[in-house]
Amino acid sequence: MTELISLRVNGEDRSIIVDTRTTLLDALRDRLGVTSPKKGCDHGQCGACTVLLDGRRAIICLAFAVAHDGAEITTAEGLAEGDALHPIQQAFLETDALQCGYCTPGQVCSAVGMLAEAERGAPSHVSDDLIGGIELNDDEIRERMSGNLCRCGAYVNIVAAIRRVAGAESAS
Amino acid sequence: MMPFEFLRAEDAVGAVAAVTRHPDAAYLAGGTNLVDRMKLGVATPSLVVDISHLPLDQIVELPDGTVRIGAMVRNSDLAAHFLIRQRYPVLSQALLAGASGQLRNLATTAGNLLQRTRCVYFQDVSMPCNKRDPGSGCSAREGYTRYHAILGASAGCVAVHPSDMAVAMAVLDASVMVTGRTGERSIRLTDLHRLPGDAPHRDTVLTHGELITAVDLPPLSFSQHSAYRKVRDRASYAFALISVAAALELGDRRDAAGIPTIRDVRIAFGGVAHKPWRATAAENLLRGAAASVENFREAADVELAKAETLHDNAFKVTMVRNTVASLLADLTRRQVGDVGGDLAGQEHKP
Repeated sequence: MTELISLRVNGEDRSIIVDTRTTLLDALRDRLGVTSPKKGCDHGQCGACTVLLDGRRAIICLAFAVAHDGAEITTAEGLAEGDALHPIQQAFLETDALQCGYCTPGQVCSAVGMLAEAERGAPSHVSDDLIGGIELNDDEIRERMSGNLCRCGAYVNIVAAIRRVAGAESAS
Repeated sequence: MMPFEFLRAEDAVGAVAAVTRHPDAAYLAGGTNLVDRMKLGVATPSLVVDISHLPLDQIVELPDGTVRIGAMVRNSDLAAHFLIRQRYPVLSQALLAGASGQLRNLATTAGNLLQRTRCVYFQDVSMPCNKRDPGSGCSAREGYTRYHAILGASAGCVAVHPSDMAVAMAVLDASVMVTGRTGERSIRLTDLHRLPGDAPHRDTVLTHGELITAVDLPPLSFSQHSAYRKVRDRASYAFALISVAAALELGDRRDAAGIPTIRDVRIAFGGVAHKPWRATAAENLLRGAAASVENFREAADVELAKAETLHDNAFKVTMVRNTVASLLADLTRRQVGDVGGDLAGQEHKP
């Protein structure tokens, strides 16, 4: 069974006919040539397929494409403005926050979404106070990024990259 | 994956009608559990009815003080909602202890309640499982049981309900609003999920086609004095080994030793049973008693008296007992601290 769907991917409108079983991840990778979201576990456990879906970070291996007709998606490719990398991408480069790089597009999209959540004041499991403001210390960063696994174990520098951007934002 | 027909519901009535007349139709909300089960071959609906766009995504306060949570409110939005953070911290904490940020952005309130067990044998279609394939047997009983039930299990099933959110809702006396072909009904959250008995394939009392539209949290005068504590195999992003949700109200009276008395208390356990386990025996023992660590432990023991452990999970009994004591001690300390009291000598010794 197939359906026609439209997606806005990294600012570009795309329409495709998909089998109802197609996940958003497979639609992007196999049908639209957008390959930065990675297929890691394909069961919602590793975070490698994290993108910004309608403005919020989300995994897309457990999302049927037909259920997201009309969605706006930003992947790691879409974070940069021309040749200027997104600050999170730049920080990942500068702090050496990757080894093989497979989880990296998911990590950067997750970090961008996570910073916006913290900016809105959303607490986390490790927040001392549910009501007070959020200070993105290393414990907060680790907890909020726990849905993105890195089998190379680049976590120390991933935290450093995000801390650098979070610090710059709170200082400005 | 089995092929399926996809229908985007226009409204709740249409969704209920479509699923009711189709014996193997399934509702799709956030998809974080259903789609996984479909990939595993555990769920094989031939019709998927998408309800994620229905206008059930609001959190509103009713005139009587009840907080009504729409079925499609995302877990992240519920956890971050100011009313919930302020009035029902146990619920925010439980939600934030579950899954990951990018999953909570998708997962919904009703979907969280209706997620199915993560028992590894239920999820492996090559293994016998009475919940997935009634009458085929239980692989867990003689298998890996670290994550399995210690309360209310049956010969046929030792699976646990995996939700954190539902444990907090059990403590808050929540009700679930349901609409079906024959009309609407309200079900106490603690009555929504079943014990496995001889029909472990039935997780809940819902009939095919019934749709959860909202969860109501009634006003509870001491709900701001509530908390959730989850114990798991890693610090984040893991299902509970056990968890405890509690709300505690202290009275003005103190006993001879200067310890405040408990006016009212609500306790529920997660990770121990086929449903969120409301610890009513423990509550009854504590109401009117002194808020002492000894009493907290004794109350936990009373609730756990009927625990039946399996070869890998005997630790859960001690773990629940210790967690009950430490959580209630923290809730006591926080309140008595507010009025300058002293709980010296009552530190929890694990």
